[in-house]
Amino acid sequence: MSEHPRHKASNPDTPPAAGVPGDERTGARPGRTGRLNMRPVNLLLLIPLIGTLPPMFYNSVSPTIGGMPFFYWYQLLWIPISVAVTYVVYRATRSDR
Amino acid sequence: MNGVEFGIVIALFAVVTVIGFIAARWRRSGDMHRLDQWGLGGRTFGGWVTWFLLGGDLYTAYTFVAVPALVFSAGALGFFAVPYTIVVYPIVFLAAVRLWSVAHRQGYVTAADFVRGRHGSNALGVAMALTGIVATMPYIALQMVGIQAVVEAIGITGNHWPLVIAFVVLAAYTYSSGLRAPALIAFVKDTLIYLVVIVAVIYIPYKLGGYGHIFDSAAKALPNKPSKGGITLKNTQYLAYSTLALGSALALFLYPHSITGVLAAKSRDTVKKNMSLLPAYSLMLGFLALLGYMAIAAKITPAKGTNGKPDSNTIVPVLFDNQFPSWFAGIAFGAIAIGALVPAAIMAIAAANTFTRDIYKPYIRPNASHWEEAQVSKIVSLVVKFGALLVIIFVNPQFALDFQLIGGIIIIQVLPAVVFGLYTRWFHRWALLIGWAAGIATSIWMLWYVPNPLTNHKHFGGAQWSLSHIGIDTKAAIWIGIPTVLINIVLSAILTPLFSRLPRGVDETREADYHAEAGDPAVGPMPASPGEEDVVLGTS
Repeated sequence: MSEHPRHKASNPDTPPAAGVPGDERTGARPGRTGRLNMRPVNLLLLIPLIGTLPPMFYNSVSPTIGGMPFFYWYQLLWIPISVAVTYVVYRATRSDR
Repeated sequence: MNGVEFGIVIALFAVVTVIGFIAARWRRSGDMHRLDQWGLGGRTFGGWVTWFLLGGDLYTAYTFVAVPALVFSAGALGFFAVPYTIVVYPIVFLAAVRLWSVAHRQGYVTAADFVRGRHGSNALGVAMALTGIVATMPYIALQMVGIQAVVEAIGITGNHWPLVIAFVVLAAYTYSSGLRAPALIAFVKDTLIYLVVIVAVIYIPYKLGGYGHIFDSAAKALPNKPSKGGITLKNTQYLAYSTLALGSALALFLYPHSITGVLAAKSRDTVKKNMSLLPAYSLMLGFLALLGYMAIAAKITPAKGTNGKPDSNTIVPVLFDNQFPSWFAGIAFGAIAIGALVPAAIMAIAAANTFTRDIYKPYIRPNASHWEEAQVSKIVSLVVKFGALLVIIFVNPQFALDFQLIGGIIIIQVLPAVVFGLYTRWFHRWALLIGWAAGIATSIWMLWYVPNPLTNHKHFGGAQWSLSHIGIDTKAAIWIGIPTVLINIVLSAILTPLFSRLPRGVDETREADYHAEAGDPAVGPMPASPGEEDVVLGTS
């Protein structure tokens, strides 16, 4: 469990801690964004934002469900959808670092 | 005064107090005289504990009281709390795990610790720390507003003693148990809140004649209220609704108490799993918001606040008092009161950790030992709580409300240094500092121009800034934090190339730190707690 072959402290593809104390400028690495494990599956996280942030798409009373206007049940419905989306992303990226 | 309600609230409070003191002995691992033992529970909390802790931390008593109160008086606009708490998790999902990893490796306890280490700048760290502390203080005071609303609904008016006693007891067990106290109490809090909400959303509509009748009553009553609201939004409210939801979501996880909850988790996986499952709390919040309409349908009139005026924050307790039998109303009041204690404790701990690590240590006592850090933090947590108590008792609670409004907008100004910092070192530390200062200054300047006609406030009357200020002929308004954080980001980006010849700080973090998991060795000045390895092995 404590062995993580892909990520040891002295990972060879990682530069050593940049700079030495006293020479501040060597700490600078402008533009270096590092190694980002950005996977396309992460884009799923945008779905809840698109679904709930523009209120013009759901700002209406009808259709009602059990007396509850669309405006309310639509947004409440997005809670389980959002949990499903984030859970899928969690499962898909679980073994990633 | 209702004796049954009072008795049940006192009994629940007593149970929680005992739990708070017992918590000191819960999950003990390693040396208790260290800041990350007292202030982060030893970084050992697993999935369930973290779920309850973060839920108990983020969904505060003030939310339970204020969101239905806003729906009661302003209608659909108050429902922004639902999209807000839906989008927050997808937004912070990726950044939160990076923050956990780098904090685990470098021993960071606060977001300001990270900023100082990442950008190599004490000044930037202090700017982040002050922002966090200033934003948190009124938030703690607002938790007391939640307790006060319960006290008034029980029928104890014009008396601050129940509040003082509640906070002295809270301060005592937080001092001795640290983050373990709210973590353990959160189980009680969340269980009670879920119970109350489930009963309320079934029983109250049943008594009032169904949801159809409740929404009809609200649709009839809202246009006649001073806010002239409705059960759907006006076109002119779209921008305010979206920016309120998005901005509040961006701000939430920048508060020190949210970050404390995240960093107390035992592993990166725990954080990630929680980010995916926490929205379940939002369902509860959504139904709670509807209590505002139930209060309209039940023709509830708010109780008088300590200033003698009707206080709309009392509508939920008054509704419970009015609709439930006394014994269940007592349980509901206990749930709200305990719901205030958990976040208040975590906020005080987070503010104290921030002071100790990012102001005391870098500027006052650079050689402070682990023991001294923990001791300073414990004492500061007491100071913070009593400060908030004094504000509520001797200054107007309205002051805390106004101040909290400002807090939500200024906390978002730490976003570029913290969140962008998790991904890149492109930004120059001084550019970030100037961007931060500009964001804070423009926020306060814009807030100054927001009147509140309902309370006769000329300034600081709300967080929605009318677009008519910039000559656009509309009634639309925008949540101030969004344009001001954009100013902050743009200024930081413009100044960074201009400062390219100025010295940059040393980055003490490495790329691999941002991907570290629990078993990886810590390298920072405050390594993860000694007992941690055992815990990880014990559960896997």
